[in-house]
Amino acid sequence: MNLPKHKYGRRLSYGDYLYNFFATLTGLTIFNWEFLKQAFLPPYEISEVKKHMTELGVKTLGIVSITGFIIGLVLAMQSQPVMQRFGAGDFLPGMVSLSVVRELGPVITALIFAGRVSSGIGAELGSMRVTEQIDAMEVSAINPFKYLVVTRVIATTMILPILTIYVIIIAIMGAYIAIIIVEPMSFQYYQNSVVQSIEFGDFIPGVAKTFVFGYIVGLVGSYKGYSAEGGTEGVGRASTTSVVLASLLILVFDMVLVKITLWLWPTL
Amino acid sequence: MADTIVKVENLTKRFEELLVLENVSIEVLHAENLIVFGKSGSGKSVLLKCIIGLMKPDSGDILINNQNILELSLKQLNRVRKDIGFLFQGAALYDSMTVRENLSFTLKRHFEEITQKQIDDKVKYTLELVSLEEAIDKMPSELSGGMKKRIGLARSIITDPALMLYDEPTTGLDPITSKEISELILNLQKKLNMTSIVVTHDLICAEIIADRVIFLKEAHVAYEGNIDELIKSKDPFLKNFFSHEIIKV
Repeated sequence: MNLPKHKYGRRLSYGDYLYNFFATLTGLTIFNWEFLKQAFLPPYEISEVKKHMTELGVKTLGIVSITGFIIGLVLAMQSQPVMQRFGAGDFLPGMVSLSVVRELGPVITALIFAGRVSSGIGAELGSMRVTEQIDAMEVSAINPFKYLVVTRVIATTMILPILTIYVIIIAIMGAYIAIIIVEPMSFQYYQNSVVQSIEFGDFIPGVAKTFVFGYIVGLVGSYKGYSAEGGTEGVGRASTTSVVLASLLILVFDMVLVKITLWLWPTL
Repeated sequence: MADTIVKVENLTKRFEELLVLENVSIEVLHAENLIVFGKSGSGKSVLLKCIIGLMKPDSGDILINNQNILELSLKQLNRVRKDIGFLFQGAALYDSMTVRENLSFTLKRHFEEITQKQIDDKVKYTLELVSLEEAIDKMPSELSGGMKKRIGLARSIITDPALMLYDEPTTGLDPITSKEISELILNLQKKLNMTSIVVTHDLICAEIIADRVIFLKEAHVAYEGNIDELIKSKDPFLKNFFSHEIIKV
């Protein structure tokens, strides 16, 4: 697999930046194609996928819990006075849960996940690249792409939807706490309002797109790390550019996926 | 006459404008230790990486056991690589794995039928060969430079390769450890009857290991012979090079 080389240095021209942009797009496309070719071929390294899923899940659980809780809390706190001003205070649980389920939960979780995991994968594989560990696998007749990249991309694709469902639940709990600080509301009533306002059709597109976001996080982090060059500076660059690129692609793909969902199911 | 294990013919490699190797030809016989000498940046490591297939030369042929590796598919190349060990300059140990896992990693993937007991026995035996049995459960970050080289060597020989490639095996080590590693390489070569190509600019290492020496200069094989001939050479460049090495020793 020949990935295009980037131009580095302190004095890059606009032309160099444009070249690097297209080199990244081309490289990512080649890398994606290589993944699709290799993902379905044995050996499957299932234990390695499980290990990465556990590690990545545990690594991000704390930060997504806090983030999810605060999103729900702040959303309810901000919306409560406005909703009450228009006499729609009773719709607050439904409004908060719909926002969290359809958009905020999946996107915020994916962005946090990208910040934590994509940079980690970029740094880890980048470090393995510059210290010749990836070459060591290659000369030992072991497929490093399969062992290092395919397992990580599958793990991120599988674990992000699970984390998103967890964040949605935590955010809805956060919103409940924000509501009861201002006015009394039984948990039973809140729970019924939430369940009545969310339909299965709201839940599916929101969680389904996190499979794509997880794939992006794993693929971008692996691509940046795997193609790292230039010693420790290259490792740092792989780590930071992974986060930037993964976050950007998550937002772009969110826009595209929402458009596709509304086009396929206009009643949603 | 012994069989030729490695034959490099008219190998040329350039990086953009920089010519690193030009029409380099070498031949290594069975159980022979060939030392590749040269200044830093003379293309020694590039030559080694071309032989193992990590780099593609611009032209020339590389035959290992009479198979031109440049004409092989990745699957066929991997079959050839299973019979080759490679010791990297920085040892390149997998830093997320213990020494035991580093050694068993390749075994598990090369031999599907192998049992856990066979793996454990082989790992212990190989660590005994490099005198580092006690490091079995250590992480690479807990090892000294010399220990890393030994473990890297153990990982390379655990699959019983017929050909060993060493990229600067003693660089960055003190003279005593450097001598120990060189003696270890020689002992293992004799014990396991391996063919070796050693890239180095360490004179002690070359004196201990070498059966034959080649010297790379300005992208070509400038000199070839045994180590004593090279050290005693009247050639001003060689005299200058080896006088610096002797002072360092």
